[in-house]
Amino acid sequence: MNNILVTKEVTKQFGKHTVLNKVSLEIPKNSIYGLLGPNGAGKTTLIRIINQITYPDMGEVYFDGELLKPHHIAMIGYLPEERGLYKNMKVGEQVLYLAQLKGLSKSEAKERLQYWFKKLEIGDWWNKKVQELSKGMAQKIQFIVTILHEPKLLIFDEPFSGFDPINANIIKDEILNLKENGTSIIFSTHRMESVEELCEYIALIHQSEKILDGKLSEIKKAYKNNIFKVGLEVKNAEGLLMELSNKFNLTSSKFNPLDNQLDFTVKLPTNDSGAMLAFLANRANVNEFVETIPSANEIFIQTVQSKDANE
Amino acid sequence: MVGMVVLIAYLTEINDNEKRIIGVFNESNYFSNDFNTTESTSYVQFKNITLQAAKDSTAKVGYYGLLHIPDETELEKVARHSYFYTKEAPSTTVVDKLEEIFQDRLRERRLLDLGVSTKEYALMDKKYEINTETYEGQQNLKGINEIKAIIGGGFGYLIMMFIIIYGGFVMRSVIEEKTSRIIEVIISSVKPFQLMMGKIIGTSLAGVTQFAIWIVSATLLLFITFSIFNIDPAAMSGSTDIASGIAGSMAPPVPSPNETMQAYAQELYKIPWFMLICFFVIYFILGYLIYSSIYAAIGAAVDNETDTQQFIFPIILPLMLAIYVGFFSVFSNPHGPIAVGFSLFPLTSPIVMLMRLPGGIGEGGVPLWEVVTSILLLIITFIGIVWLAAKIYRVGILMYGKKPSYRELFKWIKY
Repeated sequence: MNNILVTKEVTKQFGKHTVLNKVSLEIPKNSIYGLLGPNGAGKTTLIRIINQITYPDMGEVYFDGELLKPHHIAMIGYLPEERGLYKNMKVGEQVLYLAQLKGLSKSEAKERLQYWFKKLEIGDWWNKKVQELSKGMAQKIQFIVTILHEPKLLIFDEPFSGFDPINANIIKDEILNLKENGTSIIFSTHRMESVEELCEYIALIHQSEKILDGKLSEIKKAYKNNIFKVGLEVKNAEGLLMELSNKFNLTSSKFNPLDNQLDFTVKLPTNDSGAMLAFLANRANVNEFVETIPSANEIFIQTVQSKDANE
Repeated sequence: MVGMVVLIAYLTEINDNEKRIIGVFNESNYFSNDFNTTESTSYVQFKNITLQAAKDSTAKVGYYGLLHIPDETELEKVARHSYFYTKEAPSTTVVDKLEEIFQDRLRERRLLDLGVSTKEYALMDKKYEINTETYEGQQNLKGINEIKAIIGGGFGYLIMMFIIIYGGFVMRSVIEEKTSRIIEVIISSVKPFQLMMGKIIGTSLAGVTQFAIWIVSATLLLFITFSIFNIDPAAMSGSTDIASGIAGSMAPPVPSPNETMQAYAQELYKIPWFMLICFFVIYFILGYLIYSSIYAAIGAAVDNETDTQQFIFPIILPLMLAIYVGFFSVFSNPHGPIAVGFSLFPLTSPIVMLMRLPGGIGEGGVPLWEVVTSILLLIITFIGIVWLAAKIYRVGILMYGKKPSYRELFKWIKY
């Protein structure tokens, strides 16, 4: 079994409204899996089903090859998007309590907490009340609570919200560390740059349905549209441009006469750039030749919009 | 709570000790011997001054008020033209007392006009009490039903207080978990039903502990207070007072006050206390579980406490009905249709049944089938209500935003 979590045609309805429509996902072990989608697409409901907070009307969820059962809860760590702590409780007390809810013994929880408090440099917060903490500080505590019981599967819903860039980086490094140590991670976010940075796999959910999933690098390959960005050093730019536009499908061009620099983008009929390179080789000095790969952001927008347009 | 008991005892003491001084400016020939200084009121007579001067001087020395009785020939007229002057509106107890004095004089006067002497009147005025006895020849004690209902009512009242205080506690803690958004973290570890039941049971245990502490320390403090204020606890118990009062006015073949008191003590002793406490615990647990699950569901349905009012009213209503309707109907007839109905209906039975139970179970008391039925109904209702509340709770804790209507709550149950 190479998948930590598999959902098979999971469907959930609230009254007449379908929130999830036959969503099937395969989340590989030891990877970071991005769960993407516009607001209200049904991501949170899917996450809640995985956490057994709600149950699907149809379809099944398998955890590590077994049908999802209550005892799996201890193997999952969940950091919800809407998160908070008991305001009047002391930090240490509270984290111990929450860790014990996940099945850790008190002494074990204490030991691990000390390690994490030290690591994130928050050791002196133990006796503080939560209401004395800033939002970012509280988020750090919640992060620790989520990962403390060393779950096999971690689910982060917008984990970076409320963090300043420095702390966001610390948390990002910790997430990558966890992945290195064998944890599988589901990562739900709207921030596409962190998807690019972290996710190996993604699934895109839109209007209750999964419209795209797979390895991010492969998706990107599939979404490539053979557009290349070229930079040349050439003297007779005008002549070359004429020749180029006759032979190829140029989308834009710009010539800088000061250093004879010609930049243009071109859409080739296939992904084979050999002909283009051969053509240029005799005519100019090529100093840049890059295939433009769509960003996750572009894929996201493109897929969602084309889906909307088809309806 | 304990402090409250002491405070109330102390304040009552002070309240009783306050002595009122009333100036009496009597220009008539009547009432010369009627205004006698008593424990709570003393009268100061004014003579040979004008009314204005009397008013001024009473106001200046800070007396409670000035009673002016004008100089008239006839008593009726005197009474009609008498005035009681005070700084503010006088207390009813004072006015009642003054009115009583006038009333007595006037009655005497009228009787005199009719040719009845004061002595004859006193003889006529004697109250009559009928003798009661059971078929077996046991003397029936007046007011024993009421005393029993009061004891049961005390238990019922305790249950109501507990439900309102700790039910509200459950509700607020659900709302707190919702508003602080910790709820989703928690229910990714435990089932919503577990969380709800845990909260209800935990709160009730905390409450029981607190009640136990209150009762123990209140009893202790009452004893201490009694010894400090030199109050004889025996004199405080109303039942003995009533008993001796009644006995005193009864005709000769009736037992002496002491015997009656003993009969009352015996009757109170006969109340099945152990059974009563057992049933108190049973009804308390079932009633509390039913109500607090409703409270938990309400807490889950709303986002903040101000939105709860609309839903709380339907809970408070049966509790209030149980206390008031239940109390009065049990008071007048413990086996009347209303008393029986209310002691079977699950939302009122924990309170009303306890009011009836001091009469015992079986012959002469509550029929056994009624007790069994009411407990069975409570258990069935408990299961039903918890099931419904858990459904509302499960959906409600993750719903934020607008306050749901009853129709939406109904829809949640079907999710």
